[in-house]
Formats: sequence, structure tokens, C-alpha cells
Amino acid sequence: MIGEGIQSTNQRRHSFVQDHVEVGFFTDPTVCIGCKACEVACKEWNQVPDDGFTWSGNSYDNTGHLGASTWRHVMFLEQDRQKGNQITGSMGLLDPQSTIRAPQSEDPFRWVFLSDVCKHCEEAGCLEACPTGSIVRTEVGSVLVQNDVCNGCGYCVVSCPFGVIDRRPSPLPDAGGAFKCTFCYDRQKSGLVPACAKVCPTESIVFGRLDDLRARGAERVQQLQQSGYNDAQLYDPTETSVRGIHAFFLILGEPEAYGLPPKPQVPTIYLKSAWTSAFATAVVSIIATLLAFAFFS
Amino acid sequence: MTTDSPSEKRLEELREQAWKDGVVAGRGVDVAGGPIPRKPGYYGQPVVKPPVWTWEIPIYFFVGGLGGMSAVIALAAAIFHYVDLARAAMWLAAIGVVLSPLLLILDLGRPHLFINMLRVFKPQSAMSMGAWILTGFGACVVPGLIALELHVLHTFTGAMDQFVRIAAGLFIFGSAFFGMLLATYTGVLIGATAIPAWFLHRALLPIHFGIAGLGSAAAFLELLGHRIAPLNAIGFFTAAVESVVLVWLTVDKHGAADRAIHEHSSGWLIRIGEIFSGPLALILRFFGLVPFAAISFLIGALVSRFGWIAAGKVSGSDPESVFAAQRL
Repeated sequence: MIGEGIQSTNQRRHSFVQDHVEVGFFTDPTVCIGCKACEVACKEWNQVPDDGFTWSGNSYDNTGHLGASTWRHVMFLEQDRQKGNQITGSMGLLDPQSTIRAPQSEDPFRWVFLSDVCKHCEEAGCLEACPTGSIVRTEVGSVLVQNDVCNGCGYCVVSCPFGVIDRRPSPLPDAGGAFKCTFCYDRQKSGLVPACAKVCPTESIVFGRLDDLRARGAERVQQLQQSGYNDAQLYDPTETSVRGIHAFFLILGEPEAYGLPPKPQVPTIYLKSAWTSAFATAVVSIIATLLAFAFFS
Repeated sequence: MTTDSPSEKRLEELREQAWKDGVVAGRGVDVAGGPIPRKPGYYGQPVVKPPVWTWEIPIYFFVGGLGGMSAVIALAAAIFHYVDLARAAMWLAAIGVVLSPLLLILDLGRPHLFINMLRVFKPQSAMSMGAWILTGFGACVVPGLIALELHVLHTFTGAMDQFVRIAAGLFIFGSAFFGMLLATYTGVLIGATAIPAWFLHRALLPIHFGIAGLGSAAAFLELLGHRIAPLNAIGFFTAAVESVVLVWLTVDKHGAADRAIHEHSSGWLIRIGEIFSGPLALILRFFGLVPFAAISFLIGALVSRFGWIAAGKVSGSDPESVFAAQRL
């Protein structure tokens, strides 16, 4: 936490991998200043190639979305919603006859920055779908793609309910494989904090034990609601088949505005009905074929 | 200046209101590139990722379905002593066994690591199951075809021929078992994903893919000259089922959530495909135009496979469809 200096969980060394402790990220947009240091640190440490220098025209966000070569993405939302205790009212004249404006009134408006990342789901769609066993769960509960095993079948891409993982196109280095946030597993093994959390200047990204972070998130929501952020809530889909995420977020307003699915589901829940239909079709096909030969011979 | 567009009209209204009342109430006009985005979700960015698969996959669905169900026909033909038909069907299955892995490997991001597909056995991954089904199919079709040919060509006599005959029977049975799974699992493969247009139709997809596979196999064998009543009956049955699938898709709409299969070019591909392999094939067959019915069915089966993959791309890129599917 800010003020803890080098004692902050974002700064001190730890042994979570050795101790098999479940860890997470708690990302809080209300203290994010949109500096994108996390994006830069991630690219630098993990040697992630550039994903094109394009101007999106969407506010100040030219990163766009998470992908094979974008593992942190700072969103930049501009909303006509009230921010905290902002005093809002009509920007019009106080009295149609008068020319004096009300000085304390303004249109509701706010900027929200949120650093998006792989959610490291409790039930991960990509991990379940991977046919090579390339995607594994680590000792700290994160989801990791083993680059040397991945053959680039692309099934994880359509199995992620959050649209995080993607196949890296040619001619980028290591093209053809599926990539996403590694939760800096290599750093964590050496007792280091993930690069994004390490550099975050406002501790908008907090790294630490998942239990601690969940408690901290709940406390922060309460604090914000008391200071006028009525639409502050945690985004952690524990009620759906995803059963919670290791990298969870505090959001203002609805998840849809952040491109986050309101009720994400892990696609394995669809297997039962699909396989039932497949087996039924297979049996019907063979019976129909045998009947055709039996009756029309 | 044009006054036709709604935003220009709204601007006019606002000016009038400002002139009359001195204040403007209500929302103004969204200027393109203006500060408050009005696109769905986050600047209209996709919420899930659209499939990265290219033309190889729909062709594989077609070839795998045709090859897989050919083995089913081969089994029935062997049981009912249509030896020539059994041979032709096993050859089709064998061609499917050769082409299917080639197409799949071609689509991989790293083709040289294709063998990693057999690194694990993972029931919860339809892709892993598919790799094993295809392996099992290949392991049955190749020896099955060899044994069948050895038997038919009277290479051996006596006990050895008897052995070859039994081996052919067992391997053809195995081919039919894996073949019918090969033709239907592809529906599970795309049905159990995060793509709304696909998972909303996860019960229909295996039926559609499996029956299209069976019909394609029968149609292809008919085009090879096996104009016999059982294949014609299968042709009637599969075209009838595909017609039902067309009706099902027309009735079973989920609004914005699955609009990719009703609108856009993807919707048209699916519909045209279903018309060709459904009602059109049925009518042609009814009037005895068997070769035309067979060609119509094959075209439909191929086109609709392309349609389903295209629908996945449209649906996955459409944030509103993901939100709508979760609000259902």
C-alpha cells in the first residue's frame, strides 16, 4: 500500500512460488493515472514484440485490446457520469433572462483508466481447451502457456471468455504460438514481483496473496462508496462457471463499458449438451444407414 | 448543408429551442470522434477473440465428415454384401484420412509441432478428443482397406483368407465407430467455445455436421456410379434432416446474440448451404434427378461449413452479441 515504501507487497521479495501461495492482481482504476508504465514494463521484461503503431482514434488509447503481443492494456474511458462527489447540474443558464452561469455546476464527466490483463481464471477456458497440455496452472494459481509446447492450433483463442489469449501472426518473433500474460512466472520463481505491479507508480496494480487482495478490494469499494462513488464495484465473476479470477478489478459502472463480459462462462459447461447431441447423431446415422440397406436392398 | 441526416435535424431542433427558450434541455448530437463514445462495450472492441482459423478448417469439416461417414456406409455395405460399394467407401474414408491431417497441420501456427496433439489425452478438450478420434480412425481405415482389398482380390486362400476377411470386418467396424465420431465431434468443437453464434447452437451443430457428413458420403458414392436404392434412401433421409435444420435455424433465433447466423454474409452462406443440401436436394431427388441432388447436397454441405466458420468470426468480433448472449 502507498506509504508502506519498500514494505509494500508490490516491492518486497517473496517466496509465493516455493510456498504454493495463491496470488493475484488487484487493479484499482480510481488511483490509475494512465501512465502506461505497466504496458511498457511488461513489454520490456517479457520481450514482447510491438503490435503495430496505429492511431485508434479512441480517446488516448492506441493499444486497443489485449492480444498475443499486448499483455497489459490501459483502458481510457471517457464517460458522461458523475465522478465521486463532483457537483453536477445543467450547464445552461440559471435564469433564461440572466447571463450569469452557475459556477458550481457542470455536466457529469469522468475519465477512468483501467489496466486490463489476463484474468487467470479459477476455471480457465484456455487451459481446459488446450489439446497439447501446453497451458498449465502454476503453483501460485496462475495460468501459463508453455511456449515450446504450443503448436498454434488456435483453440484457446475461441475458448477464452475474456478474449485475452491470441495467436501471434507472422512475421513477429515466435509467430504461430498462442501468447498471453505469464503473470511473470519467471520473476515470481526468483521471488520478484511481476513487472507491471513493480513499476506501477500509484499502486493501482497491487500484487499479493489473493485472500489479502480480496479483503483489500472489498474495503476499497466501501471506502469509495462512502466518498460518493456510488457505482464502484468489484469485477470478480465468482457466481459464474469461471468461479472467480486471480486478476480482479475494481470498476466504476457496468462491466460492459470496459469490454468485460457481465456473466463470463467457461465453455466446458457446453460440452455435455454438445456431446450428447453428437453421440445421438452418430447412433442415429449408423442405425439409419443399416435400415436403408436392410429395407431398400 | 444537408438537413436529411438525423443529427442535422437534431441540431436544427436544438437551435430552435435555444432561440425560443434560452436553454437547451436533453442530449445534443454525437459528433464523429467526439469525446463520449457511443459504440457498444469498450469503443466497439471485440469482447471475445474471433477464431484465427482459415479456409483449411471448413474444408476439413467437409472432408472429415464425408470420410468419417463413408466408413459407416462401408460397414453397412459389407454387412449387406455390397462388396464394390464397401471398397469404394473405404477408399473415400482413406482419402479422408490422408487429407484431414494435412489440412489440420496446414492450419496450425507451428505445423512442425503437430505431434504435440498426441501429447495428452484430455476429455474436457474437444480438440484433443478430435485428434485422438482422427488417430483412431486412421489406425482402423488403413489396415481395414488393405485387408478388404486383399480379401476381394483373393490374394490368399484358405485359413489366411479367412483371417484377412475377419480382420477386414473388425477394422471396418472400428472405422465406422471412429468415423461417426469424426463427423459429429466437429460440432462439439465449435459448439463448446465462447463464441455466441456457436455455443447457442451447440445442440444443433453436431446434428447438422454429422448428417451433412452422411449425406455427403452417400452423394459422393452415388456420383462415383453406385446408383443403388439404399444410398438413395440415405440421400432422402439426410436432405430431409437438413431441411429440418434449416427450419430449426429460422425458428430458433436469439436476437443480437446469434445475429451472425441470420444476417451478414455469414448468415447468407449458412442459409444458401442449407437450402442446397436441404429442400433443393430433396426436391431434385424426389424427381429422380439423383446426380443433381447429390451435387446440390455436396455444395450445400461445403458452403454451410464455410458459413459457420464465417459466422464465428462475425459473432466473435461483435461485442453486442457477447453481451446479449449473457443477458439471455
